[in-house]
Amino acid sequence: MTEALDILLPVLGATLRLATPLLLAALAGLFSERAGIVDVGLEGKMLVGAFAAAATAAVTGDVLPGVLAAVAASCLLGMVHAYGCITLRGSQVVSGMAINIIASGLTATLALAWFGMGGQTPALPAAARFLPLDLPGADALADVPVLGRIYASLIGGQTMLVYLALLLVPVSAFVLARTRFGLRLRAAGEHPAAVDTAGVSVARLRYAGVLIASVLCGIAGAYVATAQGAGFQRDMIAGRGYIALAAMILGGWRPGRILLTCLLFGLLDAVAIRLQGAVLPGIGAFPVQAIQALPYLLTVVLLAGFMGRAIPPRASGQPYVKER
Amino acid sequence: MGAPAGPPPAIELRGIDKRFGAVHANHAIDLVVRRGHIHGIVGENGAGKSTLMAILHGFYQADAGTILVNGDEARIRDSRDAIRLGIEMVHQHFMLVERFTVLENVMLGAEGGALLARGAARARAELRRLGAQYGLGVDPDALVEDLPVGAQQRVEILKALYRGAEVLILDEPTGVLTPQEADDLFRVLRALRDQGRTVLLITHKLREIMAITDRVSVMRTGQMVAHRDTATTTPAELGELMIGRRLAAPAPLPPMPRGPVLLEARGLSVRDPAGVERVKDADLVLRGGEILGIAGVAGNGQGELLEALTGIRRPVAGEIRFAGETVFPGPGFDAAGLRRRGLGHVPEDRLRSGLLRQDSAAASAILGYQNDPRWRRGGLLSPAAMAAHAAGLMRDFDVRPPEPALRSALFSGGNQQKLILGREIERDPKVLLVGQPTRGVDIGGINAIHQRLLAHRAAGRAVLVVSVEIEEILALSDRILVMCDGRIMGELTAAEANERELGLMMAGVTPDEAA
Repeated sequence: MTEALDILLPVLGATLRLATPLLLAALAGLFSERAGIVDVGLEGKMLVGAFAAAATAAVTGDVLPGVLAAVAASCLLGMVHAYGCITLRGSQVVSGMAINIIASGLTATLALAWFGMGGQTPALPAAARFLPLDLPGADALADVPVLGRIYASLIGGQTMLVYLALLLVPVSAFVLARTRFGLRLRAAGEHPAAVDTAGVSVARLRYAGVLIASVLCGIAGAYVATAQGAGFQRDMIAGRGYIALAAMILGGWRPGRILLTCLLFGLLDAVAIRLQGAVLPGIGAFPVQAIQALPYLLTVVLLAGFMGRAIPPRASGQPYVKER
Repeated sequence: MGAPAGPPPAIELRGIDKRFGAVHANHAIDLVVRRGHIHGIVGENGAGKSTLMAILHGFYQADAGTILVNGDEARIRDSRDAIRLGIEMVHQHFMLVERFTVLENVMLGAEGGALLARGAARARAELRRLGAQYGLGVDPDALVEDLPVGAQQRVEILKALYRGAEVLILDEPTGVLTPQEADDLFRVLRALRDQGRTVLLITHKLREIMAITDRVSVMRTGQMVAHRDTATTTPAELGELMIGRRLAAPAPLPPMPRGPVLLEARGLSVRDPAGVERVKDADLVLRGGEILGIAGVAGNGQGELLEALTGIRRPVAGEIRFAGETVFPGPGFDAAGLRRRGLGHVPEDRLRSGLLRQDSAAASAILGYQNDPRWRRGGLLSPAAMAAHAAGLMRDFDVRPPEPALRSALFSGGNQQKLILGREIERDPKVLLVGQPTRGVDIGGINAIHQRLLAHRAAGRAVLVVSVEIEEILALSDRILVMCDGRIMGELTAAEANERELGLMMAGVTPDEAA
């Protein structure tokens, strides 16, 4: 029993930690796409968020200004995307890709210019990072078999942002399904002319969707640089933005299913890390890449229609133009 | 206006002017709509009716002119302003979110609070009340995409009423409805009028104007040409005002001797690319010297039937005989082969499959017959021969402007259709299949096209007409087949058919059940 827990608890804990940035970014994509704006720029916004968080935290020695800077930087980039896609009615995919490319180049250049450490920021001290929280009573419960350890190191022992991300799942579901804002946002992504003729501004709703997405991407980036890691490294998001996009699609643009998908992807990642260097009898080194490719494979399989249908918001990706 | 006493009109427009680039869509329009009236606005396609109403509803902004609501000058910058003034519109293409429930659609924009729960309870109660009062029953929890078109339209009307519409604008509301559904709609509109609400009905169907309106305004080419009390006008007068000249009265078809069977289908079954069976076990016989009309609500298999009969789509079962020979099943069953045997086809969707939109009229005029030696010189197409051919067609079929070099897309719908019809008829086909002969065509064009089809019949050829316009079917056909859900519901002769019976059959009721 204890041996099983010795293996299981670290893997599950890692699953939560690895799923968190995916979950934040996937929820970001959810708000944007539900409003009708396709967001392939999650990756880029996370990257500028990570850089801004690490740089600010390194300078101020405090993590909270870092998070605020991350959100601000991500929003700035998000508003460029929104202006291009909503006001100028440009191509959303092209704009998103441009954001990813800008973010990759800009962060590396600024890091080099400001810190001169080969495109990194200085390693952050503990005060400038998110640290695992100890839940109250963890010590008292430490002697309770099994549950005590689960409470201390799985339910507890996570950083604040992990709890925030988990909390955002029901919050997002509630906002989308039960509020006036959610109803209008979803309508803007399904049939914007219906929103317009109901006397509500499509553009404002879509800006709001992109803004929420940018805030969440900023937090996700801050998490990668100041909770998961301890500083910024070049291109450190490493495709998480795209995986999050896959999780959003696989999750059918619904918060609950997105959580499950992100946990699945997190688990795959955790297992892959755990098996790194493991030797399989007869095969040799375990092919970790096979597991890391699974999220993409699953998404392709889903999009090809093998696992039920993935139905995106009907008007997502289309600029709203009054017909004539 | 010389009526000083009495309440101010619900809506008054003064000098409304609107241009889209070079198109002068509304030309100094004046209009007075009295409270508690059903006011019709008629005009041909492109007369500017929809633009005018979109301005009233705030979707577009007028370049000049004033709008008065209840006698007060109103500024309507967007739909929100219009809604605040109690002006609601039911658009021709519904403004409903298909994946939302009826309740969500009704609440959108009028949620009654940041959280939906409280407003939802009120909306539900209000929907029940409105449904009972006006006969607009719809399940509030049904998804809109699961509802038939008639019910979706009821949702649109409920949506407008829920927002407190004092003035309800309906843009071509009956285009998608069966005659029974249209009658239901008219009942609702009358009930609204009796409650003191004002209804503005945009249509190009004179029958509807005569049946339901109190007053009617006629638009022609962007101008308001006349206002009449419905009781003191006639369809002939309105038609004349719409097109600016007198209409030929619909004449009964001259008798023709029964010719030989030229086209015959037995047990025909056709599937669409998704594998759905769209034509189910259909039989039909078409003889020389007759026009066979196929009536039905759009999307009930007529399109697929036409595609099968013209060789564009292979049936999955059944037999097709053309001029006495079996062509399906058999080798070489395709559109080109059937054309060579003497089949002409005017497709339903002329923009997609009838002509080359981005190419010249001369190119469109040989589409499908591009290998004809008349315009080939040594394996190449001769532009001069093509232009001469197109110019001849344009002269014979009154296509305007007669410019063979003009891009096909720049002609009006009616002139495009005349060009296509000319191209097909010019070869004197034994069998002519025509899908929606006058969709999007104005009244002048309709007459010309109908005359051409009747002339082809008089020449002893066979004509098959598929149309969603019952009036057209009744005006042209010797015999009428009605399709519903891929099946042929029954056959009527023109003499015994009436709109009511046709409507019931279009809705899927067989003649026996209807009796």
